[in-house]
Amino acid sequence: MNNRTQFEQPAPVGVEARDWGWRHSTRKDFALRHVNLTIRPGERVLLLGSSGAGKSTFMAAMAGVLGSDDEGESEGELTIDGMDVRSARGKAGLVLQDPDSQIILERAGDDAAFACENLGIPRAQIWQRVREALDIVGLESLELTHSTRHLSGGQRQRLALADVLAMRPGLLLLDEPTANLDPEGVKEVHDAVKHVVESTGQTMVVVEHHIDVWLDLVDRVIVLGTAGDSGNNEGGVLADGTPDEVFSTMGDVLAQGGAWVPGRNIPDYRAGHAPEQDSIHFQAASSTLTASLDPDEPVLQCRDLSFGRGTALGTGVNLDFYPGTIYALMGPNGAGKSTLALTLAGLLKPLAGHVTIAPSLAPKPNHLEPFSWKSRQLLGRIGMVFQEPEHQFAANTVRDEVAIGPKSMGKTQEEAYAIADEMLERMNLTRFAVGNPYTLSGGEKRRLSVASMLAAAPHILIMDEPTFGQDFRTWSEMVKLIAGIRDLGCTVIMVTHDEPLVESLGATAIHFKPTSHDERKA
Amino acid sequence: MSAAEPHTASLSITVTPPDERHEQAKPASQSWFIAKLNPVSRFICPLFMSLPLFFTLDVVSGSIQFGVVLILLWIGGINPLVVMRRTWPVWWGAFFGFITIAMYGRTGGTIYCSWGAVTISDGSLYIACATFLRVAAIAVPSVMFMLDLDPTDLADGLVQILHLSPRFVYGGLAGIRMFTLLQEDWRALGLSRRSRGLGDGNAVARMFSQAFGLLVLSIRRATKLATAMEARGFGSDTERSQARVSQLHTIDWIAYVVSIIIPLTAVGIAIATGNWHSPLRGA
Repeated sequence: MNNRTQFEQPAPVGVEARDWGWRHSTRKDFALRHVNLTIRPGERVLLLGSSGAGKSTFMAAMAGVLGSDDEGESEGELTIDGMDVRSARGKAGLVLQDPDSQIILERAGDDAAFACENLGIPRAQIWQRVREALDIVGLESLELTHSTRHLSGGQRQRLALADVLAMRPGLLLLDEPTANLDPEGVKEVHDAVKHVVESTGQTMVVVEHHIDVWLDLVDRVIVLGTAGDSGNNEGGVLADGTPDEVFSTMGDVLAQGGAWVPGRNIPDYRAGHAPEQDSIHFQAASSTLTASLDPDEPVLQCRDLSFGRGTALGTGVNLDFYPGTIYALMGPNGAGKSTLALTLAGLLKPLAGHVTIAPSLAPKPNHLEPFSWKSRQLLGRIGMVFQEPEHQFAANTVRDEVAIGPKSMGKTQEEAYAIADEMLERMNLTRFAVGNPYTLSGGEKRRLSVASMLAAAPHILIMDEPTFGQDFRTWSEMVKLIAGIRDLGCTVIMVTHDEPLVESLGATAIHFKPTSHDERKA
Repeated sequence: MSAAEPHTASLSITVTPPDERHEQAKPASQSWFIAKLNPVSRFICPLFMSLPLFFTLDVVSGSIQFGVVLILLWIGGINPLVVMRRTWPVWWGAFFGFITIAMYGRTGGTIYCSWGAVTISDGSLYIACATFLRVAAIAVPSVMFMLDLDPTDLADGLVQILHLSPRFVYGGLAGIRMFTLLQEDWRALGLSRRSRGLGDGNAVARMFSQAFGLLVLSIRRATKLATAMEARGFGSDTERSQARVSQLHTIDWIAYVVSIIIPLTAVGIAIATGNWHSPLRGA
């Protein structure tokens, strides 16, 4: 890591906000307001605040991408290196959460050159900058013609980092750059950023719920308040200081706001351990569940299963899933966890071998393979919660969304809505009942996607990354929820790389071990 | 491979490592000759080749051009069998064109079969054959020139050679990449509907509901992509520089000349042999 080429150093730049605020033109309230702060050149800042505090808006503002006056109204002053942010193109480099939306071109080298082209850098310099930027993020062995589609999550985020470094910005802005990555990818990106800031001395501002990831790199923590929060005078900066100062005085407030404050205990929701007053009960859903399932009989089995889309990702898989147990499919990004989950859910055809449900749960005798069932026959048996809640929404209101399952199962309108209302109540979504699912916040959408699946009372619930990119508050809610589902006697199979989640629920981990062909023969 | 061991704390399954699943990088074309051409030329050549053929509807010019193209592609590195295989949609189109014109084309000469509006005659069969050959002579080279064309290289050519607006061209290029993501979205939408019990019944109604979901997702994706592009200085007033050079070389000019000679020769022979037949004149 130490022998990389010397990166030509851009001068670090500072940020100055004077009573700054921004209101999206479609909203009535300011996203953030009365922000006063000075970030000196070379400082490394962790920016915190509860969801809705406008962290991402502030990052976008510093990157100069908030848009023109018709997209919103700004007040006060925000400058980078003494210049108005909107005329400071190229001074700030912004890396976002989702690798898919940041990689623009097909070949890695072209993608890294894109920003330089836009800044009008002469050709000869562009390629030198591109090579340097790829080297400094640890992609020194990556060919310039390598397809960006064939990179791992960690590699893609490092490429996104190289993409902005090629502009030689004096300010590096990282907006949850590791939220979508597996632990290996998080480490890769962290190490790359560490190498970058240590060798270039650039100013850095990072937004992240998982404070632990960046704690060794930051020397200052700034906490933004939500505009309109009671007791903090319409937003602005709530706290500002060294990490120690801020966490000792603000730890509880931050945790409540959803941050993963260092040193906090993970709640214990293993079977039989859940704090009684805390757990969620589902009487309505459970009334249709048969309590008669034999705890020693597997509800779902794979025998000699090959799964994949076209080509097999895994072959000869044998697994048994028992009632009242949580399983975690774990392994690196791209190992095929989601594909196995979809196969188990009866949505993808097994390439070979069998997925079978317990005979007592089958829609007809000897009709044991979920993929051969009709769509409706999956209801009440196997439910799948997708990683993107929006992939799942099919109704215009939150209440209808939850009622879809029960209705398709042949319940009357009244019964279906009774179940829906109860489910919304449990999930704390009642006040959104007539709202459109797409208008909910991220955490609410995810709760709704679980609620609508649970309303169909499945015995087996399969969840793809249920805690993906969530802050501590919504994370805790989800853990509680999954524990509650297990305590009903359901089998929960989740795809995840969230170690605390697995630990908290005492889930049985199923590890995906990538093994090359040669190793397997040996 | 560990067999199922119930109630143990940890299980594992073996999978293929992600980096073993990569397909090989595709060449710009299967033909060494076409691969060397500038992407812009790969549009211009088929255009040159097709224009003269619009002025005649005969079997001679079409078959000569089609034959010459097959031979040249063979010299250029693509076996005629491969050409046939890779252009199969063209053959379906040509086939249905043939059937339709044979049945409904202008009647002339001997009538072989007549049934209501359908009349198959010498005249209609001749035009059907000519149309079939013309479609083959125009569409086959077009498809073969454009197969495996790299969109980024094409965008470079459009901006640097044809001087189209970079904002428009590269914006479009980024949009094309988004289609891959939208395909994944569409598939996920379909699977989720099956999982929610909505997968049976009316396929058309299901499509509409799914299409709405896709619309919402595509707007979100496009917004994010636009932000990422803007954050990298796209769309500013600064004049854009070019990391890659897109130029026309001698080989491009050779290709243009050949693309003009082939159809002119084909049409010339048709005229010389008295087969020239204006499409406007009918049969």
